[in-house]
Amino acid sequence: MAILITEKTKVIVQGMTGRIGAFHTADMIKHGTNVVGGVTPGRGGDSHMDRPLFNTVREAVEATGAEASLVFVPPPFAADAIMEAADAGIRTAVCVTDGIPSQDMMRVKRFLRRYPEMRKMRLIGPNCAGVISPGKGFMGIMPPHIYMPGRVGIVGRSGTLGYEAASQLKSLGIGVSTSVGIGGDPINGSSFKDILHLFENDPETDAVMMIGEIGGPQEAEAAAYAQEYMKKPVVAYIAGLSAPKGRKMGHAGAIISAFGESAQEKVDILTAAGITVAPNPSAMGETMARVLSVQKAA
Amino acid sequence: MDIHEYQAKEILASFGVPVPRGGLAYSPEQAGYRARELGGNAWVVKAQVHSGGRGAAGGVKLCRDEHEVASFASSLFGRQLVTKQTDANGKGVYRLWIEAASDIAQEIYLGFVLDRKSERIMIVASAQGGMEIEDLAETDPESLRRMTIDPAVGLTEFQARELAFQLGLKGGQIAQMVSILRACYRAYRDLDAVMVEINPLVITGSGDLVALDAKMSFDTNALFRRPQVAELRDRSQEDPRESTAGDHGLSYVGLTGDIGCIINGAGLAMATMDMIKLAGGEPANFLDIGGGASPERVVKAFQTVLADRNVGVVLVNIFAGINRCDWVAEGVVTAYRQLGLTIPVVVRLAGTNVEEGRRIIDQSGLPLISADTLAEAAAAAVASRPRQAA
Repeated sequence: MAILITEKTKVIVQGMTGRIGAFHTADMIKHGTNVVGGVTPGRGGDSHMDRPLFNTVREAVEATGAEASLVFVPPPFAADAIMEAADAGIRTAVCVTDGIPSQDMMRVKRFLRRYPEMRKMRLIGPNCAGVISPGKGFMGIMPPHIYMPGRVGIVGRSGTLGYEAASQLKSLGIGVSTSVGIGGDPINGSSFKDILHLFENDPETDAVMMIGEIGGPQEAEAAAYAQEYMKKPVVAYIAGLSAPKGRKMGHAGAIISAFGESAQEKVDILTAAGITVAPNPSAMGETMARVLSVQKAA
Repeated sequence: MDIHEYQAKEILASFGVPVPRGGLAYSPEQAGYRARELGGNAWVVKAQVHSGGRGAAGGVKLCRDEHEVASFASSLFGRQLVTKQTDANGKGVYRLWIEAASDIAQEIYLGFVLDRKSERIMIVASAQGGMEIEDLAETDPESLRRMTIDPAVGLTEFQARELAFQLGLKGGQIAQMVSILRACYRAYRDLDAVMVEINPLVITGSGDLVALDAKMSFDTNALFRRPQVAELRDRSQEDPRESTAGDHGLSYVGLTGDIGCIINGAGLAMATMDMIKLAGGEPANFLDIGGGASPERVVKAFQTVLADRNVGVVLVNIFAGINRCDWVAEGVVTAYRQLGLTIPVVVRLAGTNVEEGRRIIDQSGLPLISADTLAEAAAAAVASRPRQAA
C-alpha cells in the first residue's frame, strides 16, 4: 500500500490554475494520480482539466472527499494555504513552494498542533520535490519515469539528489515503494524520523534509503530512532563532506551551525547507530543492493 | 541578509534597547567631528563591516583625543579588514561608527536565534559575555542559558524575569533586562530577523544595562514584506560574484579549485562536489541554477563560473524534475558559442526531457563531453583538467 499516497488517494491541488501548478497537475493526472479537484479563490464553480474548481479547501473537501492536498501557492500566501488545508480536514498536505519566510513556518507548525492527533494534518515540505508511490500516483514535481515500482523507501531533503538515488536503484533493478522529499528549509513539516516511522510500519517497504545533508538536527534524531525502533535496514548518504565549514550552500537549511551538524559528524552518528552509510553519492544504489542481498541471505 | 552594527543599534534602540550615543562617519574628518560633537574625553572608533571579530582584527580602538580618532579613522578607511569570520580578502571599510566610551563593570552575552530543533525562537544568554560565544559553548556549556519562545504567546514577562535572575542581575537591573529581552524579541518577530545578538550587553559602573555591540540578520525570504529592512542592504560587503549571481536567480559560492560546477539543486550540487574531490579534483564553486531554468539563465551560469580565472573545465550536472533538459542543453550550446569557449565542458543530463536534451548536445557539433552518470561526469571533469598531473 506504500505510504502517504496510493492510486486511491483523493488529491486536490491548491493553486491548480497557476502556470506551474497546471503543468505538474497535468503530469500527475497522466500518471494515474486520482486528482479530484482544485482550489483557486475566485474561480469556484469553474473547471480546469476536467476537474471542478473551488473557492475554499473546505468546499473542495465537502464536495469531493479529498484526503490530500498539493500546495502550489506563491511564498507570501503559502503558509495561509497550508493552514487552510489543515483546518478543512485534509490528512496529508505536500507543499512544493520554495521561499516561505521561516516565521511563517514557525506559525504553521504551532497551528498544526491545535488539532487532536485523530484529525491532525501531516505536512510534507515546504521547498520539496513531493511524494511519489511509483505506478500508483504522485504529488509533486518529480519526473515519474525515473522511478521503478518496488520495495525500497526513499526519504531525502534534496529533490534532485533523491532523483539521483532512484535512478541508481532503477539501473540495478531495484524499485521504490514511496519516495518522499522532506524539503531543504530549516523548519519543515515532517522530519526524517517521521517518515522512517511510516516506512517501518508499511508492509510494502523492506528497506529505506535516507539522504541527508549538512546542517540541522534531523539526521541525528533519525539515527537514534532507527537504532531504537526499526527492524528494517536503513542506508544513508550525507551530502556536503567537501563543503567548507561555516559557509552557506544555497539551502537556507544547509548551514553548519552547531556540533553534530557537519557532514562528517552526521556520518559518524549514523554509523554508530548501525546505519550503513554510502561512501559517496554514486554508491547510493550499490550500497542499498549490498544491504538487500545480506538481508535476503539472512 | 546582514546589516551593520550601527543599523542594528538604531533598530534595537527604536524598540527600546538602551545603546550608547554615537555617530556615523564616512571620512577621517567627519570621524573627528563626530567625537567633538559627542563630547567627553574617550571614544570608541569601530569599523562597520559585516563580520564579527572586528576588535581582534584591529578594527576597533579606544581613542583619547580627537586627533587619535581622526588618525585611526584614516588608517581604517578603504582598508580590507580580515577577521576570523571573513575570507582571506576581508571586507572593505567604508563607514565608521564613533561612540562615547562606556564604563564597563560586567559583560553579558545575549542572542536570539532560530532553533531548528524546537522550531521556535531561542534566547541564548550568558553572564560571561564579551569573549567568543563559541569558545564558551565548548569550555563551559553550563554557563549558557537557553529558553525558547512560544510563537502563539510571545516572550512572557515571567520567562524574561527568570532569565534575568539566572544571569545574576539584581534590583533595578531585573526590570531593565526584562524590557531589553522583550524589545529584542519584538524586533526579531516584527522585522523577520533570523538573528539578533548583543555581545556584550554591559553593566556600567552605575549599574545600568547598555548594548555595546549589536548584530542583526534577516530572513531573505521575508524581504518582500520588509522594505525598510531591504533598504539596508550594503553590496560593498558582499562577494560581487555571489550577489551578481543572485540577481540572475543563481545561488553561487566561490571556492578555490579549478573545476567550475553548474548543477540544479543544493543537495545534488554538494554531492557532485563531494564526487569531484573523491575523483582527485577540486571544485571552483558551488552553483545551483534553481528550478525552471531558461537557456538564458544557463548562459548566465556559465558567465558567472567563467569569471573565475582559475576555472579550467566546466562540469554541468542536471537531474531535471521541474527543470527541462532541452532548455539546459540549449543554454549550454548557446553559452559555448556566444562566449567562445575553448576549455573542456562535461555535460551530464538526466530526468525531464532528457532525450531532447541529449539530441541537442549531440547534434551541436561542439566538442562537448557527454557523461551518463554522476561518477562518470566527475571522473571526466577531473581527467580533462588542463593542468592535471603537473
